Amino acid sequence: MRLRFVLGIGLAMLFANSAEAFTAYVSNEKSNTVSKIDTDSWKVTKTIRVGQRPRGIAYTKDQKYVMVACGDDDTIQLIDTHTDAVAGSLPSGPDPEFFAAGPDGKLLYVANENDNTVTIIDIPRRALIGAVQVGVEPEGMVMSPDGKILINTSETTNMAHFIDPVKREVVASVLVDQRPRFAAFTPDGTELWVSAEVGGTVSVIDPVKHVVEHRIEFAIPGMRSDAIQPVGVNITREGKLAFVALGPANHVAVIDIKTHKVLKYLLVGQRVWHMEFTPDQKYLLTTNGLSNDVSVIDVASLKVVNTVQVGELPWGVTISDH
Amino acid sequence: MIRTSVVATLLVIAVSPALPASTLDVKIGYIGTIEKTTTISLLEMPAPNAGLAGAQLAVDDNNTTGKFLNQSFALQEIMLNGEDDPAAAMQKLSDAGISLIVADLPADGLIKAADAGRERGLVFFNAGATDDRLRQDDCRINVIHAAPSRAMLGDALAQYLVWKHWTRWFLVFGSHEPDKLFADALRRSATRFGARIVQEREFKDTGGARRTDTGLVQIQSQIPLFTQSAPDYDVLVTADESQVFADYMPFRTSQPRPVAGSAGLEPTSWDASFGQWGALQLQSRFTKKFSRWMTALDMQAWTAVRMIGEAVSRTNSADAKTITRYMRGPDFAVAAFKGDKLTLRDWDLQLRQPILLADGRTVVSVSPQPGFLHQHSELDTLGFDRPDTKCQLK
Repeated sequence: MRLRFVLGIGLAMLFANSAEAFTAYVSNEKSNTVSKIDTDSWKVTKTIRVGQRPRGIAYTKDQKYVMVACGDDDTIQLIDTHTDAVAGSLPSGPDPEFFAAGPDGKLLYVANENDNTVTIIDIPRRALIGAVQVGVEPEGMVMSPDGKILINTSETTNMAHFIDPVKREVVASVLVDQRPRFAAFTPDGTELWVSAEVGGTVSVIDPVKHVVEHRIEFAIPGMRSDAIQPVGVNITREGKLAFVALGPANHVAVIDIKTHKVLKYLLVGQRVWHMEFTPDQKYLLTTNGLSNDVSVIDVASLKVVNTVQVGELPWGVTISDH
Repeated sequence: MIRTSVVATLLVIAVSPALPASTLDVKIGYIGTIEKTTTISLLEMPAPNAGLAGAQLAVDDNNTTGKFLNQSFALQEIMLNGEDDPAAAMQKLSDAGISLIVADLPADGLIKAADAGRERGLVFFNAGATDDRLRQDDCRINVIHAAPSRAMLGDALAQYLVWKHWTRWFLVFGSHEPDKLFADALRRSATRFGARIVQEREFKDTGGARRTDTGLVQIQSQIPLFTQSAPDYDVLVTADESQVFADYMPFRTSQPRPVAGSAGLEPTSWDASFGQWGALQLQSRFTKKFSRWMTALDMQAWTAVRMIGEAVSRTNSADAKTITRYMRGPDFAVAAFKGDKLTLRDWDLQLRQPILLADGRTVVSVSPQPGFLHQHSELDTLGFDRPDTKCQLK
């Protein structure tokens, strides 16, 4: 009995210590590099030279590559995750900024800021296979959890566009506040959250009725309201909490999904834009453009527990599955 | 419970107007001035479509948005030569069923057109005139200002110079009316933010040509003479909207000092070198369409037409009254690549906006500067704040 108890503690400690280490890749918009971070030691283990102005960044579904949108080179580069070298590129169309993959990981939908289009790319064939006309300055991209609807936000048109990925056409558009940057679905697909950077709000949209049902506003004591500029939105897998990066307000808001109320503001680095959870949902990494670092938020305790220095103007972050 | 659902319903209507069965046509007029200014620098020569190009690009942008809302925008322009009557142009546009007019007109012409158009329910969007009096004693209830005022430009520059601790100014102003008005604005800004003008000189326009084949030889000896024997100063501030002398000042002053105002570090609503906050996308669209750089005047006209587009998409109305009521209300805001949202001051109908400080090659800074605080909006540290206003909107 006693032995088993000790063994139990030992096992628990073993698991705690050997929490799986993941790999995070962070795009540094100004340095033209990608920083590779080990989430166990929280150290940058490699800095990879990429094309000009790297912004949107994501693993391919098979984890073989990390895709980086290099806007000023009009291409999406593929970093081989074994060699950490650029091993190819995708024909992205002009000025790619952000993208989302389809459910099978084969198709990639790219927001081309300069062209009012969403470009569709076949990743295995590395070929451009179609385009959808959207509003002015497309930016945010996300696929619904069931893979049936693709969302694109257009910054000057101030809309979330609902795109049928099969028909490749816009089936609905919803007006939100000024300069929508990012869109995220709740895991059950019943709510679409869209941040408006200049408007300073997050709109919660009913994706069936295509209407804004709630508008979340932010207020941080001592902070001028114009500095609160929401960009990245990340929602926990069980759909309880949403994290919203507030840009030059240097805070991440934690929101209760059920009540749409802000529970807490976490102080992170300067000009926080994009974020990503580790796959075990223990940590949330944030890119802080003006302080050139990544903040590590402990999701359970809602505390910032670490900071990792990266390149200049870190923009996006992607984390390995294992 | 009932109350909550009512609020929710209102919100839905406010942000997601139902698609009308037929297209909403929005006609916008544009009255511009063909600029014949001769400038010191060839790079500054105004294009024949200065201003108008910005309005045309914004109509494209509005239409890209409009196709998702069943709204269609069209621009009808009248470009005036020096002696043409702006009121006649207004009448022509009004007869064509237009009640929203973007204007790049001198202050007098704008007032004339606006007053003549008032009974017809016309609303003007001032894209060109920076005159302070249009925001003060000569403000009009049917004139909305997308262009910044001279006071805003002066304050933006003063805040930066004070932040740099360059508080001793040598002010040189031109002999034309606009130069003197800008000098007045700079004096006001100096007093407001704690700079001191240690010397003032007028640079008289004696009517010579801006460019001559060997002119540089003379200028490099004339400017040191003109600027010598001044008390010690930190920065030479120029007021030369007429472009007679300011561009001659950098690198030629008697004492080695930086130049600001109408040359050197210039406060402006836009600069072709600017790419921050997504501005790169607008610059690319503009140069692709017009094969030239986008100027401050183009940006002001773009902003005016985008203000209309924004109000139309939120109200689903092309009615001038509905649109201006919405713009003056608390929900109106327009994004214009300047970091902050731009909103309308309800006391003088001036669009609040950050001001860029550009040196001709890059943007050095954007005002308001850190530390210049305000109880409502930091943007109200630029120009005439509510307590300073002499405007009575009637």
